Order: sequence, then structure tokens, then C-alpha cells
Amino acid sequence: MNGELRVLSVSQISQYIKGQMDRDEVLSGVLVRGEISNYKLYPSGHHYFTLKDGQSALRCVMFRGDAVRMRFRPENGMQVIAAGRITVFPRDGQYQLYCVQLTPEGAGDLQLAFEQLKEKLAREGLFAEEYKKPLPKFPQQIALVTSPAGAAVRDMLRILKARWPRANVLVVPVRVQGEEAAEEIAAAIDYVNYYKLADLIITGRGGGSVEDLWAFNEEVVARAIYRSHIPIISAVGHEPDVTISDYVADLRAATPSNAAELAVPDRVELAGSLDHLARRLERGIAHPMSAARQKLERLGGSPALTDPSNYVRERRLLLDYHSRRLIHGLEQSLAGEKGRLGKLAASLDALSPLKVLGRGYAIARSEDGTVITSTQQVEVGDAVDLRLREGTLACRVEERK
Amino acid sequence: MAAKKMNFEQSMARLEEIVGLLERGEAPLEESLALFEEGTKLMRACSALLDKAEQKVALLKVGPEGQPEEVPFDGEE
Repeated sequence: MNGELRVLSVSQISQYIKGQMDRDEVLSGVLVRGEISNYKLYPSGHHYFTLKDGQSALRCVMFRGDAVRMRFRPENGMQVIAAGRITVFPRDGQYQLYCVQLTPEGAGDLQLAFEQLKEKLAREGLFAEEYKKPLPKFPQQIALVTSPAGAAVRDMLRILKARWPRANVLVVPVRVQGEEAAEEIAAAIDYVNYYKLADLIITGRGGGSVEDLWAFNEEVVARAIYRSHIPIISAVGHEPDVTISDYVADLRAATPSNAAELAVPDRVELAGSLDHLARRLERGIAHPMSAARQKLERLGGSPALTDPSNYVRERRLLLDYHSRRLIHGLEQSLAGEKGRLGKLAASLDALSPLKVLGRGYAIARSEDGTVITSTQQVEVGDAVDLRLREGTLACRVEERK
Repeated sequence: MAAKKMNFEQSMARLEEIVGLLERGEAPLEESLALFEEGTKLMRACSALLDKAEQKVALLKVGPEGQPEEVPFDGEE
């Protein structure tokens, strides 16, 4: 060994190694492919893991500041490419990869982030059918949580106006792409709910790249949609673009225009169904009316109503018949009475005092007409009538014997 | 039921109910006629609602106290 060798402290040699490594062009900017294992997220926000392949292992750390830009969650077993620099951590003498960016291999990191969030929220039940709110059939106030500029808002306004101008529209302006977009969209949904500004919300934007649409794949937006008491239609990009918002929303529309069509009824169509209802209403009343008319006609078939004069004629004949019988009966009974009367008259005649008077008798009557049968009935001087066969004598009593 | 008090949705629902009742044909004639009359009124009311419709479009502005305010919006910003 060389006697000129200096004895170094552990710190000194560690610093030396660190200096060597930091100056190394390869180590100061590497891309390493490997599988994640021993992944740990510390409360500090730093991520620790080991990258390995069949033969070797490399310790890695990713500080919070770099990790927040990561859209997916690293998991054990995941194939990744880690970018960073390799240097030594003097305290424990271990070299490690200080990772500044982690990219999943195969699927892109956005795709992975999407799948991971989708799976997480699905597990929590945010997409469950039972939480889907029914949309109002005839919305009165629709909030469009979207960019106030651009084609999407104009398309929606045009269609809403054409189909259902009864609904008022409130445009709630938000940025729909960039760093702040997700927070703004979520806050706008909460705001509309807080002030109850609408009975239906449409949130979305026109087409763009996956990155442009990304706000609608963010968890804050998903949670705000889930929280909303007002039903929400999600309308992001074009037909094939499906976002997390689409899954959480009460209804997914393929495009903003499609959302406007789904949001409101078409008044032309409704006028058509009104016409249809009108025809059904007419037919509905026609049936009971014709049934009633038939019944009426059946009743009207009675001769009493079809030929009332015949009815009267018949009744008159009947009346004649009865009156003839009545007259006949009367005549009969009158004839009988006449016979009886004749007999009575004959016997009356036999008993008639006139017959007796004819034989020379007279009837004496007092002034009040009482027949006098005893001298006791009159006083001397009373007037007495004497009825003879012919005429009457006015007499005065002179003496009672 | 007063046709005036109902909104479009309720009117349409009642109208469909009336048509259904008439089509079932179980109501006596007098009742059917009353239903028909009510249906005709609702029909006119619904048509009128469809015809007159002024859409208001506004842009939300958050006021100084955080309260919502509206400004007219024509879609061209």
C-alpha cells in the first residue's frame, strides 16, 4: 500500500463519491426501466420505492414537489421508466435514483391515471345507478358550467333556444383546460348548488386532445358532480371521448350539442304529441257519445216517440170505447131507475092524500104548516088552512069542541 | 282542477290521464263530457305555453359579497 495515502473520514469519502457521481454525465440524467417494488408514500409526501429487474435493484426516491405532477399512483409490480439523477445519500452511504418523473410503460400515464381513478371511484360507488338523479322533464333554469367562449356554449344555446325556449339559461363561466380548470369547474358546480341557481346543470366542453379534456378526469370534478343535488349532464369532447365526469354524471351526452338535446324536450315534437292527444281526446269522447246516441235511438224506437199522433189516436179510441161503455151503463141504470120510479110513483099515487081529498076529506094545517090532528094544537082565533081537493080555504078557529 | 294553476308538466300529465280515462270508457256520459271539457281547456293552455316562450340567457357574475349576479349574455364573448 502507498504510504502517501491520506486517511479520510467517512464524511469526506462520501462527499468525494457524491462529487464524482454528480459530475458524471450519465448519472446526472438517466432513464431507468424497471418494476416498482416496496412502494411507500410517506406522510411528508415523498415517495420511496425500489426499481428492479431480474438481477438487480435500485433504490429510488421521488420528492413531493415532483410527485404532485404525477397523475397516476405508482403501484408495486408496475413497469415504469424513471427519469432522474443517481447520487449518494451521504448519511447512510446508499446511492439512489432521485426520480423527477415516472412514466408507466405501455399505457400512457394519463391513460393509467384515468383507469386508476375510475377504479377507485367505482369502488366507492360514485358511478352507481342508485345515485343517478332523474332529470327534470321540463327544466326551467339550466346552468351551463363551461367556457363562455367557443363553439360548445354557442351550440348549446342555439339548440336550447330552438327546442325549448321556456327554459332560462345561466352560463357559469369556467376555464375548461389548464391547471386551474378542474378546481374552477368543481367550485362552479358547488356554487350553483349552494345558491340553487338551476334545476339542471350541463358541464362540459368541445373537443380537444386528451390533455385538453383532462380537467373532466380529475377527482375534484368527479366529487363535485357526485355531491351535486342538481342533476348534471356531462358533455365532454366528441362522441368517443369518455371521461370520469361522464361516469359520475346523472347522464352522459356524447357532445355538448347532444347534451342540449337531451336536456330539454323539443317543442315541435311536443306540439305533435299535443295534437296526438287532441285526437285521442276527440276519439275518447266520441265513443261514450255514440254509445249514448245508440241507447237513445233504441229508446226512440218506441211508437210513443216515433208516432205520437198514433199514440193519441189509440188513446182516443180507447177513450171512446170507455165513454160508450159508460154511457151505455148510465142508460142501463137510468132505465132501471125509471122503472123503479114508476112503481114508486104508482104506490105513492095510491097513498097520496090528494086521492083522499078527492074523496071529500080536507087537511087542516096551522100557520106554520103543521098538520093539525088534534084540537089541542090550536087556540081559538088561530088561522088554519084547509086543503081541499081543489084549492085551499083560509079559516079561523071559532071554537074548540 | 284549475288549469291555470298547473305548470306545463302537470298539465300534460293531467291531459294524458284524462285521455286514458276517456279511452277506458268506464266513466258515465256526464263525467266523460266534464273530462272532455277539462281536457280541451288543458290542451289550449298547453298549446299557449308552447307558443309563448321568451328565453332568458345570462352570464353568471359573482358579486362582491360572493353572491350571484347575472349579466345578459348573447353567446359572443
